[in-house]
Amino acid sequence: MSETKGYLDMELLRFTTAGSVDDGKSTLIGRLLYDSKAIFEDQMDILEETSKQRGEEGINLALLTDGLRSEREQGITIDVAYRYFATPKRKFIIADTPGHIQYTRNMVTGASTANLAILLVDARHGVIEQTKRHAFIASLLQIPHIAVCINKMDLVNYNKEDYEKIKSDFQRFSSKLEIKDVHFIPISALHGDNVVDRSENMDWYEGSTLMHLLENIHIGSDHNHVDCRFPVQFVIRPQSREYPDYRGYSGRVEGGVFKEGDEITVLPSGFTSKIKSIDTFDGPIKEAFSPMSVCITLEDDIDISRGDMLVRENNQPTAEQDINVMICWMNERKMIPRGKYTIRHTTQTARCIVKDVKYKMDINTLHRNEEDKEIGLNDIGRISIRTTKPLFFDSYRRNRNTGSIILIDEATNETVAAGMII
Amino acid sequence: MSSYNLTHLKELESEAIFILREVASQFEKPVMLFSGGKDSIIMFHLARKAFYPGKIPFPLMHVDTGHNFPETIEFRDRLMEETGENLIVKYVQDSIDRGTAVEETGLNPSRNGLQTVTLLEGLEEGKYDCAMGGARRDEEKARAKERFFSHRDEFGQWDPKNQRPELWNLFNGRKRIGEHFRVFPISNWTEMDVWQYILHEKIELPSLYFSHKREVVNRDGVFLGKCDYITLKDGEKWEEKTVRCRTIGDMTCTGVSESAAKTLEDIIEEVASTRITERGGRADDKRSEAAMEDRKKEGYF
Repeated sequence: MSETKGYLDMELLRFTTAGSVDDGKSTLIGRLLYDSKAIFEDQMDILEETSKQRGEEGINLALLTDGLRSEREQGITIDVAYRYFATPKRKFIIADTPGHIQYTRNMVTGASTANLAILLVDARHGVIEQTKRHAFIASLLQIPHIAVCINKMDLVNYNKEDYEKIKSDFQRFSSKLEIKDVHFIPISALHGDNVVDRSENMDWYEGSTLMHLLENIHIGSDHNHVDCRFPVQFVIRPQSREYPDYRGYSGRVEGGVFKEGDEITVLPSGFTSKIKSIDTFDGPIKEAFSPMSVCITLEDDIDISRGDMLVRENNQPTAEQDINVMICWMNERKMIPRGKYTIRHTTQTARCIVKDVKYKMDINTLHRNEEDKEIGLNDIGRISIRTTKPLFFDSYRRNRNTGSIILIDEATNETVAAGMII
Repeated sequence: MSSYNLTHLKELESEAIFILREVASQFEKPVMLFSGGKDSIIMFHLARKAFYPGKIPFPLMHVDTGHNFPETIEFRDRLMEETGENLIVKYVQDSIDRGTAVEETGLNPSRNGLQTVTLLEGLEEGKYDCAMGGARRDEEKARAKERFFSHRDEFGQWDPKNQRPELWNLFNGRKRIGEHFRVFPISNWTEMDVWQYILHEKIELPSLYFSHKREVVNRDGVFLGKCDYITLKDGEKWEEKTVRCRTIGDMTCTGVSESAAKTLEDIIEEVASTRITERGGRADDKRSEAAMEDRKKEGYF
């Protein structure tokens, strides 16, 4: 019974893993899943059988994560795969992303919702281009916490100096990035050192194991609880006998704390009113914070629709049509200079034109290339856009929910870019 | 500080409600698929929460294979009567009568694959541009790569290699005429989350999920419940067992497992200690390693 009760007050941690198969990523994920009993016997049976059929030694844990037929055939991971496991302390969602250069877009996708990123470094090879690329993306996407796992320590005789060198190499590189909270852990995913259990081979390491970090790292401050932002998603008007005049604004709190009785300002109209009630199916509540989905009613009858935003009068987002964005291009059709796209931001949809490319980023060297401004698949660059109507935004650094956008190609309807407002 | 933390169940609930409201906003004529299983019962519950105090702004659709457990249908009808929500039923039998679906032959004919035909016909007939389902990514590895908003071409097909990237809370439901979307609001829930949520929310379920006595046949290691649609092979026999369903599908392909779990708490204990996946008892998944991927590409849920 204690298990049942404990489960009801667990937190959710979303993390992403970057690294290639050679770094032992699949082995690490396999170990986390296996040690937390998230791999089941029938899955294990299928793995064993398939590994044997392919003439592989032992069990290939990569087969577990490669879900699509073409991935198994080619032995590569194409797409972001989501994995789940839980310990008595937390529930975890892993966005498992492939590490090849051509799949930057998947890494960005996985990183967009993550609280934490695991970057895998092979102890024999140290900090390589791929490590830098992953660290850059983690910083670009503002993942709050980074765990650098220096893997295959067994192959360098659990040598402290190798670990220390990689650590300082990484620190030197990452000082140029915006990474807030980094942890270094020497591990051997294959043998389990410092993954779930403490390693007996590395007395010199006094930090926590990976699992201990995942279970205990403070994520309560990962949401913005300062700037009140409530993008209206859907207007609820029952027009029923029971609720003839009810008019509620449903949506998810994307920042700050809203309380019953609070004065609020509606954007873009600028009208002010007071929160009359915060309603949920389970009854009214006194306050709502990010990321709660609620329904807010106001004292005054104001015309409000989807895309409008409730904020506090003395803490308003920027309302602008000219916006600077770091974008990651995600489509095979290259970005068209002066091209027009549909833009999505919170619950708002508008059109925009790409005014200018400031630079394209070389993510291996962090060099800003101002000569080559062609933005294609997997490219990252800084652009400026003009929208058809003002968007109400914060910088991505301040609030991931109100600082992120996507661009949609109007000819194909595909999502072609992810953007972070500067 | 720490008081502004949601539990994982509340966070998953909020995410699902956000998706449901996004569907109601982005699509002209959405429909929610309802099978009478626990996942679709949760979806229904979440939809009521999302639009409270209003009614659910879309209908529900059940694709009835005619091979259901009678308990499921009874439960479904009672739930709709009590809540006053709107359910549409589409029958696989009608597709067979029209000649658009052909019944499988052999000893163990399954109507599982035929559901896709009736589903696509139902969507087309009602001009629905979005169908919501209760599929979860932890169920099966092809589903692990599914998006919340999953685009389907005019044949209802899924192209796993050409999925739209999905970032933050920004969902792209744009499509051409004739195309539609499948949306999966509880993608991030696990079997354990579902059970915990049912317990937490005191959600009522069909009695099939709880331990009961039933006549079953052991076919290739899977116990199938006695019904008119299963013919015994040589050497097989009906025997009485104390069982419950972990998932509810057609009687012809949903295995029941031996269990003494009578309450939700018992079930949670059982799920916590069990070592076989939920769909491990589903004969339809066992047809080949990529069985689910293949059916999904054709338009299966």
